[in-house]
Amino acid sequence: MDVLTLSRLQFALTSAFHFIFVPLTLGLSILTAYMETRYVRSGDETYLKMVKFWGKLFLINFALGVVTGITLEFQFGMNWAEYSKYVGDIFGAPLAIEATVAFFLESVFIGLWIFGWNRVSKRVHLLAIWIVAIATNLSALWILLANGWMQHPVGYVLRNGRAEMVDFMAMVTNPYGLLKFGHQLVSGYTVGAFFVMGVSAWHLLRNNRPDFFRRSFRIAAVFGLVSTLLVAVIGDFHAVEVAKTQPAKFAAMESIWETRKGVGLNLLLIPDPIRECNSFEQLCIPNAVSLLAFHTPDAEIKGLKEFPPELRPPVQPVFWSFRLMVGLGTFFIIAALLAVIISRRDDLERNRLFLRILVWSIPLPYIANQLGWIVAEVGRQPWIVYGVLKTSDAVSKSITTGQVLGSLIGFVLLYAVLGAVDIYLLAKFARKGPDDDLSAIIKPTFQHIKAQDLGQEA
Amino acid sequence: MEFQIIWFVLWGVLWAVYFMLDGFVLGTGMLHYLLGKSDGDRRVLINTIGPVWDGNEVWLITAGGATFAAFPTTYALMFSYLYTALLLLLFALIIRGVSYEFRGKVDNAGWRKVWDGAILLGNFLPALLFGVAFGNIFAGLPMDAGGYHGSLLQLLNPYGLLTGLLFVALFAVHGSLYAAVKTRGELSKRSAAMAKKLWPALLVVAVAFLGYTQFATRLYDNYLSQPALLAVPLLAVASLLGIRVFAGRGKLLPAFAASCLTILLVVGTGVIGLFPNLIPSSLDPAYSLTIFNSSSSPYTLKIMTVVAFIFVPIVIAYKIWVYRIFRAPVSEAEVLGDRQAY
Repeated sequence: MDVLTLSRLQFALTSAFHFIFVPLTLGLSILTAYMETRYVRSGDETYLKMVKFWGKLFLINFALGVVTGITLEFQFGMNWAEYSKYVGDIFGAPLAIEATVAFFLESVFIGLWIFGWNRVSKRVHLLAIWIVAIATNLSALWILLANGWMQHPVGYVLRNGRAEMVDFMAMVTNPYGLLKFGHQLVSGYTVGAFFVMGVSAWHLLRNNRPDFFRRSFRIAAVFGLVSTLLVAVIGDFHAVEVAKTQPAKFAAMESIWETRKGVGLNLLLIPDPIRECNSFEQLCIPNAVSLLAFHTPDAEIKGLKEFPPELRPPVQPVFWSFRLMVGLGTFFIIAALLAVIISRRDDLERNRLFLRILVWSIPLPYIANQLGWIVAEVGRQPWIVYGVLKTSDAVSKSITTGQVLGSLIGFVLLYAVLGAVDIYLLAKFARKGPDDDLSAIIKPTFQHIKAQDLGQEA
Repeated sequence: MEFQIIWFVLWGVLWAVYFMLDGFVLGTGMLHYLLGKSDGDRRVLINTIGPVWDGNEVWLITAGGATFAAFPTTYALMFSYLYTALLLLLFALIIRGVSYEFRGKVDNAGWRKVWDGAILLGNFLPALLFGVAFGNIFAGLPMDAGGYHGSLLQLLNPYGLLTGLLFVALFAVHGSLYAAVKTRGELSKRSAAMAKKLWPALLVVAVAFLGYTQFATRLYDNYLSQPALLAVPLLAVASLLGIRVFAGRGKLLPAFAASCLTILLVVGTGVIGLFPNLIPSSLDPAYSLTIFNSSSSPYTLKIMTVVAFIFVPIVIAYKIWVYRIFRAPVSEAEVLGDRQAY
């Protein structure tokens, strides 16, 4: 394999690994902050125990998200030097702003939150977790504006042999980037919601601390329903933007070969890229693709044949990833709706089949997130910056196959160990359940809470 | 082209502040076993840096991001030319980061031993590699129209290694003083003694570095043409001596402050010597990467200047606030009694 293929493989691997941790961080930070808000407002210690329990899982996950993020910043320079030289003038800005505006906030206040239980007042401590949650979301905004620019470059001119920024506001208000941000944010919330519901379901099935996990479940169910619905709504607008700005990607997502008006959606479809057609099409919903793409039933959809073969993205991975992602998204809406309805009744624990399904559903939103990124990034090929720079022209010139092969093997080994340890720790603390000993937190500032109150839930 | 100069100064400041702040984390980490004789000691050490290490590391991310945004060509070439060295640095930083989080999560002596080892390695290696990288940047990289002509082994030349040693010694003294200030009892005494014991070694390395720099680099050219700038290296030497004076009198906080100042001024000395280069070419000055031939457009630099001038002071303000909250020394009783502690 050559430097280009190995570098692509390495970037795909390291960013996919990073993205195991990011969505849960997005979702669980908000949920933890919400639980702590409830605690501070009501003084009810079950909420404090929730903060401690879910917060611990949040932190184990957070640590890996942080350290694996540095890899991506390094790789732009290490493996993609030609890219960095060519677009650094505009692409470097959002990354630097992310560090200055968001990442500092997040990492300084997470320290205060972890170690500050006895050092600051309850309200300041609550403020710390909200700042962490908001900074995490803000961080995602700048990263997705950067990615949005790669997908739909705006606010630049080609000058001095590179892309130079001429309109900062155009980049910041790039609809592509903003829609991606919105879609990603609520997708992360979905991961968080299904994580909390799944872990709670596991304990409820064992009749372990029912009150604690019923309450956790309810919070996550409502959060999950709102999030999954928003994923679909924002995802729909996002698809419109894709159809408008990246017609080749859109055609690959729906596997459309011929340019036609009023295109229908085949529920069952198998693409055949070699013969440039679909080998199987069934259950067609008339005009549905046109409606999804442009919100008008007769709209014309450009087919893949409109583009020379070397400018088309690989159809199979893009098409199947998109289909599967949409299918999972639909499942999430149904599951979250049922979760809200069932958790409002008192017999949540008796719906054992549903609870079991939710336990097994924990990985599914993670998979959906990864699939979404496959659509976004593979669907953009052969471009690294859509219509401006090809991926094959972006790789570093000074690195050798041996170097990249070595680093790729290093990443695989290191990440395998880290991933295994992280999953082990998450499972260990998720199964252990909440800790009733709050003495470390409620001393000596909050001594008014009596010892017997602490044991009430046990 | 005043924006390029502003960004050169900011670039230097970001690196200097990063080394000042992460320096004491790297320092306590590389002395993890020498200062932390028992498991309790090591826990205390981890808890002294626990609330702040992550925020300190972000200065590195920001220095990297600022290089990308303000000097993209330098960013691209530096990272791809020094591929393997930076990869090792990255692995070490990843391992360090998770070690702090993982170490206390399983109650098993063998488990803790693994992560103690990882803390040692994950802090020593970055200190050394940063030194080697900056030594080679000061001396210049072998690059010309044909690209880069160096290798990982060539980076390990005597001057690069000496700079690596300088960074290790600086951070070891810095970390010892931090531990002395931030702990109590035996551990604090042991740390203060360690700082005093290491200081002569640091002095020897620093003198050797200043001497060797004359032969291995062109850093002194700027000082010869602008003698007023000599104040920076002279103050660096003065504050280096100040560390020993204060530490000898048992004034630990002033000694640590002197150590902070030493690191800022040492980095300042190197960066001033580089100007206007970011990475000189050791083959032909025509191929040096300067702030003029590798910078972003004036428009981008202007935007980034506005962002930096608004947000960096805010960052500094809340960082000082959080440091003040955690200013009290950490004691073993406190750590052992707290189930939330690391």
